[in-house]
Amino acid sequence: MTIPRTTAPAVSRPIAAPAVSMRSARVTFGRRTLWDGLDLDIEPGEFVAVLGPNGSGKTTLVRVLLGLLPLSAGEVRIGGKPPRRGSPSIGYVPQQKALDPDLPLRGRDLVGLGLDGHRLGIGLRSRRARRERVDRALEAVGGTAYSGAPVGRLSGGEQQRLRVAQALVGDPHVLLCDEPLLSLDLSHQRTVTRLIDERRRTAGTAVLFVTHEINPVLPLVDRVLYLVDGRFRIGPPSEVMTSEVLSELYRTRVDVVQVRGRLVVVGAEEHAEHCREEESA
Amino acid sequence: MSEVLGRLFTFSGIGELLGLPFVQNALIACAVLGLVAGSLTPLIVSRGMAFAVHGTAELAFTGGAAALLIGVGVEIGAVVGAVVAGLVFGLLGLRQRERDSVIGVVLAFGLGLGVLLLALYSGRASNKFGLLTGSIVSVDSTNLTVLAIVAVLVMGTLAVLYRPLLFASADPDVALARGVPVRFLSLVFAVLIGLTTALAVPIVGAVLVLSVMIAPGAAAARVTANPLLATVLAVLFAELALVGGTVMSLAPGLPVSGYVATIAFLCYVGCRVVARLRGRRVAAA
Repeated sequence: MTIPRTTAPAVSRPIAAPAVSMRSARVTFGRRTLWDGLDLDIEPGEFVAVLGPNGSGKTTLVRVLLGLLPLSAGEVRIGGKPPRRGSPSIGYVPQQKALDPDLPLRGRDLVGLGLDGHRLGIGLRSRRARRERVDRALEAVGGTAYSGAPVGRLSGGEQQRLRVAQALVGDPHVLLCDEPLLSLDLSHQRTVTRLIDERRRTAGTAVLFVTHEINPVLPLVDRVLYLVDGRFRIGPPSEVMTSEVLSELYRTRVDVVQVRGRLVVVGAEEHAEHCREEESA
Repeated sequence: MSEVLGRLFTFSGIGELLGLPFVQNALIACAVLGLVAGSLTPLIVSRGMAFAVHGTAELAFTGGAAALLIGVGVEIGAVVGAVVAGLVFGLLGLRQRERDSVIGVVLAFGLGLGVLLLALYSGRASNKFGLLTGSIVSVDSTNLTVLAIVAVLVMGTLAVLYRPLLFASADPDVALARGVPVRFLSLVFAVLIGLTTALAVPIVGAVLVLSVMIAPGAAAARVTANPLLATVLAVLFAELALVGGTVMSLAPGLPVSGYVATIAFLCYVGCRVVARLRGRRVAAA
């Protein structure tokens, strides 16, 4: 089911405001400033990849948008409102993590928790409406067949499909993905990115996708936010993923080369090594 | 051999025994405990907290021993000890590995302190032994009142917090991202475990608390992954073990905990067998 992209956002979300809007945003921990002066608007249906070395504040950005961490300065809005814990307008896909095979939880329960797991009570009311929503979310990711199996016994790829369903079951305006492809093999990476792409095209969901590897999502990315040591650059991949820009961000010589349609960044690893040495010193 | 077996499995005079008030008290207590413990066990299993429950039980023992010595109700001492233990475990070590060593350290200290307190106590010896291995004679009407209050408290809290507790137990990362107060809930849950453990200690004994606080949930998790069904099954297993074990222990006049532990164990083994057979059928299909 692919609907031409040009018509999609207008149909489903008649919001004029950007899905995510940040103005002069700053986060500091003690004396350390993670980033400052960050201006970022994400339109409905837009796919923004967040890249950068470890410790550059990618996950912190996600935590700010989830309402778990206040900004030190500046302003952030989700659909025109300040972020808030448990907001139904946000879906969250974490990285794949091994679950206990004996965990008494089925695939459909995991998805259902994404819908109302934060609410009080046992959840015995309106079970039918809930089941229908969960069923629809499962169907959309092709997870119906294993929705009754214990989650801990599913493969990493199956679990990540369920994670996407779990994040989308509440029909969020914004989807936050924190390294959702990590430890998945190539075909499962493709499935997960395809599911996310489908959703933003058909429902106009804005996607903020934190990753250390741009290649699996490169064809989908509208813009890149590249963070390095408090410096950052926002723009289309063709403008940000260049030797010149990355060298400036890393303050060392970095080469970006295209090999068979993939972007290879050379020189940035040394920066990471350097940081690790500094941290351990 | 047959003499021993005859002594273990006898029902002579059971009708008369069931008519005794203290026996009826014990059965009511067991039924209530089965409901509360059974409801908690699937969450305990989800959180991997078997060792924490064991540690809490030993601290309930310490509290009970202290209460014996200073002459207040054992159950009050057990509740205080277990809740303090729950809070300590909840506050000190939230990360699994750290938690394990914290529990080990506190458990050993609590057990040692309890032994010392019991040695200083000069009352009836059966009171001492009862704390460790349980005794239905210890359940009287005051116990029942405490039991009822604690049971209502635990079940009420569980009814209100069930969904976020399940979320935080089974899927803590996403629960945190969704704004569930995971840390706070783990403290609340530790207190719930403490309260329930304190109820279980006088009946099944500190050493055997796991047979009602882990085994039913572990058994249920073997045969279903549906959290609600697992809870119902766990309650059934807990009731079977506690009420069944009490009835079986009456005529022989032997400690109830042995019977409770055995039935709980058999439930677990049975569930494993069922799961294995089912797995084979699925593989064959």
